[in-house]
Amino acid sequence: MDLSLFKVSIPSMGIMGAVFAGGLAIASSKLAVEVDPRIEEIEEALPGANCGACGEPGCSSFAEAVVNGNAEINGCPVGGSEVADEIAEIMGVESGDSVRKIARLLCKGGKEETFNRSEYRGIESCKAANIAGSGNKSCVYGCLGFGDCEEVCSFDAIKMNENGLPEVNDDKCTGCRNCVEECPKDLFILVEEDQEVFIHCSSQSEGKDVKEVCKTGCIGCGICAQKCPVDAITVEDNLADIDYEECINCGACVEACPMGTIDTIETEAEETDEEFEAKDQGAATDNTEKEENEANEVEDDCSIYITDACVGCGVCVDECPVDAISGENGEVHNIDSEVCIECENCVGACPTEAIETE
Amino acid sequence: MKLLLLFVGAAITNNFILARFLGICPFIGVSKEVPTAFSMGMATTFVLTTSAMVVWAVQNLILVPFHMEFMQYVSFILIIASFVQLTEMAIRKISEPLYKTLGIFLPLITTNCAILGMALLIPLKGYSFIESTIFGFGAGAGFTLAMVLMAGMRENLEFADVPKPLQGAPITLIIAGLMAIAFMGFSGMLSM
Repeated sequence: MDLSLFKVSIPSMGIMGAVFAGGLAIASSKLAVEVDPRIEEIEEALPGANCGACGEPGCSSFAEAVVNGNAEINGCPVGGSEVADEIAEIMGVESGDSVRKIARLLCKGGKEETFNRSEYRGIESCKAANIAGSGNKSCVYGCLGFGDCEEVCSFDAIKMNENGLPEVNDDKCTGCRNCVEECPKDLFILVEEDQEVFIHCSSQSEGKDVKEVCKTGCIGCGICAQKCPVDAITVEDNLADIDYEECINCGACVEACPMGTIDTIETEAEETDEEFEAKDQGAATDNTEKEENEANEVEDDCSIYITDACVGCGVCVDECPVDAISGENGEVHNIDSEVCIECENCVGACPTEAIETE
Repeated sequence: MKLLLLFVGAAITNNFILARFLGICPFIGVSKEVPTAFSMGMATTFVLTTSAMVVWAVQNLILVPFHMEFMQYVSFILIIASFVQLTEMAIRKISEPLYKTLGIFLPLITTNCAILGMALLIPLKGYSFIESTIFGFGAGAGFTLAMVLMAGMRENLEFADVPKPLQGAPITLIIAGLMAIAFMGFSGMLSM
């Protein structure tokens, strides 16, 4: 091989490269497009995986969206709070301004609280089971427990527990909405991280129907709405709903709920505890309702009673969520103190004001 | 007259896409809308024409005198890559939306085989500087023509009742084949 070839080729190629590089350098300064420097800074702060979990096609478009105000500072689910802090610094705002949202389950009726109304032999997925007659769970509104949400969670934040309900790991949850969109029963909602009180039920069935299928479902009695000091709870379609903007996390409803449907999640607690608590809360709300019922039973003296003014019209019978009132038409009705949950729905309903509370 | 024939030959008779089958990637990739296809064609034409001039200069003033023809590929790719970078900067400066629409296909002009094919044909055919420039420009015009024709057809295809298995890329390739047959018909008219 003729080494003299190198003597010519190396310098000539080098010179050519240098000439083109120089030309491009000049061109790049002349043709420079003014880009907001923050976009580049944010892009550097981002993980650079271009995973698209934020909803943008890639990290650079997310950076641009943040600068243009089209994306949240904490919108990068992969980077988590660290990246959010960095972006916040670049953007000159505090990341604390935006509160992280976490997925919460609107059901606490697991295997213990509910039963199967049929045997399901099919594809092990909530979606498939839901198509087959809304699933085989006693409550048609409840979690089917096949773990579609666990499957779809890209961040390993959802685990099915022994009770057949998904538990959300608060630290891992990024609020990406995957589970919200996946759940065929629409049981997941995104709630701000510091919200502690939840009504873990989405059943719109009437109270007695709920009691038949679930030990912890909301019966729409409205006690929580009455007890709420800030009127954050409304009952619609037999289901209590908390306005999270109004809620002050006082927990009055949690204690009041006769079914234990309403729970508090201690957001400071450990993840697993939180999850369990969350589930427990759901269960607890149901349970609290139950407990209240039980408590009533134990005490055996219901604070609500029907006076002789009762004309036996039967209006209260329809109002009672737990069917505690009975009696013949035209005769004075009775309240079964063991069943009564003291929701006082009947008090307001009575046309002759014959129902009083102690 | 010879130059005109050369231009028509490069643009139509020996159309780079439809007769030489070079540059199929952007032909399929960026031919969904006529304006985008036209812009892509213009960008490619710019790169083709300018690199044709520089390729001729490098070939005849550097490579041949120093007996380094074996460095053709390396130096040509260097030239093409530089001009693509330049085009990319210019397009971004002129039209940000167009820059985004072309997306990855813009930097991919570098690896567009139509351009390297054109560059390698110049020394092979022994064109002069003027001829090389016309050849490069003709190749670009032909590329743009094919792109725009294809885009026009694909726009109308949106309303056509295409069988499901053929939707998307398959029907596009079938159209490309039919277009190629049509362009083959020109080959008897002119000889390069």
